[in-house]
Amino acid sequence: MKNIHEVVEKNVGLLAIFILIAISFGAMVEITPLMFQQQTMEKVDGLEPYTALEMEGRDIYIREGCVGCHSQMIRPFRAETERYGHYSVAGESVWEHPFLWGSKRTGPDLARVGGRYSDEWHRVHLLNPRDVVPESNMPGFPWLAENTLDGELIEKKLRVFKDFGVPYTEEEILGAKDAVKGKTEMEALIAYLQSLGTALK
Amino acid sequence: MSSFWSIWISVISLGTILGCYLILRWCLLNKTGVEEGDDMHHSFDGIIEINNPLPKWWTIMFYMTIIWGILYLILYPGLGNWKGLLGWKSSNQNVQSLQESKDAVLQSREEAKTALFGLGGVGVEYDRELQKAEERFAPIFNKYAEQPIEVLANDEEALKIGQRLFMQNCSQCHGSDARGQRGFPNLTDNDWLYGGTPEKIVETLVNGRTANMAAWLPSFGEKGVEEVVAYTLSLSGRQVDEDLKQAGKARFAVCSACHGPDGKGNQALGAPNLTDNIWLYGGSRDVVTETVNYGRAGVMPSFKNTLGEKKIHLVATYVYSLSKDK
Repeated sequence: MKNIHEVVEKNVGLLAIFILIAISFGAMVEITPLMFQQQTMEKVDGLEPYTALEMEGRDIYIREGCVGCHSQMIRPFRAETERYGHYSVAGESVWEHPFLWGSKRTGPDLARVGGRYSDEWHRVHLLNPRDVVPESNMPGFPWLAENTLDGELIEKKLRVFKDFGVPYTEEEILGAKDAVKGKTEMEALIAYLQSLGTALK
Repeated sequence: MSSFWSIWISVISLGTILGCYLILRWCLLNKTGVEEGDDMHHSFDGIIEINNPLPKWWTIMFYMTIIWGILYLILYPGLGNWKGLLGWKSSNQNVQSLQESKDAVLQSREEAKTALFGLGGVGVEYDRELQKAEERFAPIFNKYAEQPIEVLANDEEALKIGQRLFMQNCSQCHGSDARGQRGFPNLTDNDWLYGGTPEKIVETLVNGRTANMAAWLPSFGEKGVEEVVAYTLSLSGRQVDEDLKQAGKARFAVCSACHGPDGKGNQALGAPNLTDNIWLYGGSRDVVTETVNYGRAGVMPSFKNTLGEKKIHLVATYVYSLSKDK
């Protein structure tokens, strides 16, 4: 009889398929069940959908690559919760598309930055972080104060999120454009930052 | 977790372990038709392959990892709803509010007691970490919490702790030397917006503060603002145009509702004293004009949840100590 192992050894395509099958056992056990757990699907009591302005701010957060240096995930260690507050729970992220948990902390975690600083502090800090934190190595984002939003896409954005299961009312969606039009990107981003982590009450 | 997913996880996990064992046993069989130790008749560049079995040490290690895996799944929660003999958990994840989180801590402490056949389990790892810190630090903070801030302000140790907490939580706005910066008050000059008694400082830290100066450009008009600014600057002894000042004085009646008839401010409202030449946003004519035109809304966030009462007590002590002799 021909050595079966030799067949696998000499056929890289077949080897790849077997490797994928082997790895998929891990995924089937560790990932698939999570998609059906109440714990990962049920929102925390205080969770509110992003307002139109916060939603625009979130997109600016994504555009400027904030997630590259700031995580939004407080792990259940005392060293983290002493500084940032209660550890993050799944129910806070049920309406996040995509997640902005991040995995890199050049700057501090932002999962609960909402309410920690005043709007004015954020404004000064985003223009030039060294004005308030002299040793900061974060870049300044002065253009945010100059760019204004036209709100052309916000209605569509909210509709897309409604399709994801976020309970936006028709009224909110139709009023979204007026709510953001003329506001600066700075205002939008600050509104978003001030909302972070405030749902767990 | 529903029993379906519990079974799903258990069957695949245990099946994988069993599969690894069977593959190992299978690989240990000699199916090559060549005697162990003989030439396999593969040679390349003078190097020949000999039919050797898997190394013993490696095989034993493989068996050990299988045993380790099984023991782990018995002791720790890995198989669906099986909680593990040790009763170990990393944290209480299934909480919907801060209150539920607190309840879950108490509940999991109860559960831990019955784990490991009633001998008492490990419990929630995160909670254990907190309890350990609590045991170590609570006596220190409790000791300080009993002393009034006026007394504590002479305690070097307490001030050191207060300063460290200040550096971590307050310096982002008030600066590492507590001298503040534009828009964020200097805490060392004994010029207080909301009052500098220990009680008031604690109140500020616990509840935060929200200042609200209205924008006056709409009602005063540009000319009116110019007049009010002239009068305001004159309050701290600046040379201004006399006509503008007199006109501004009449308008200042509105301002005096918060800043007082003599412009000395009102700590109940957080309205700054305008006569002491200490300026939160800057005292140049341009900046004062900007302030009157558009108003100001300084915000101090609440630190009630971030720091808690006992740490606030120490931060307040430090802040109080900075200007108590001035």
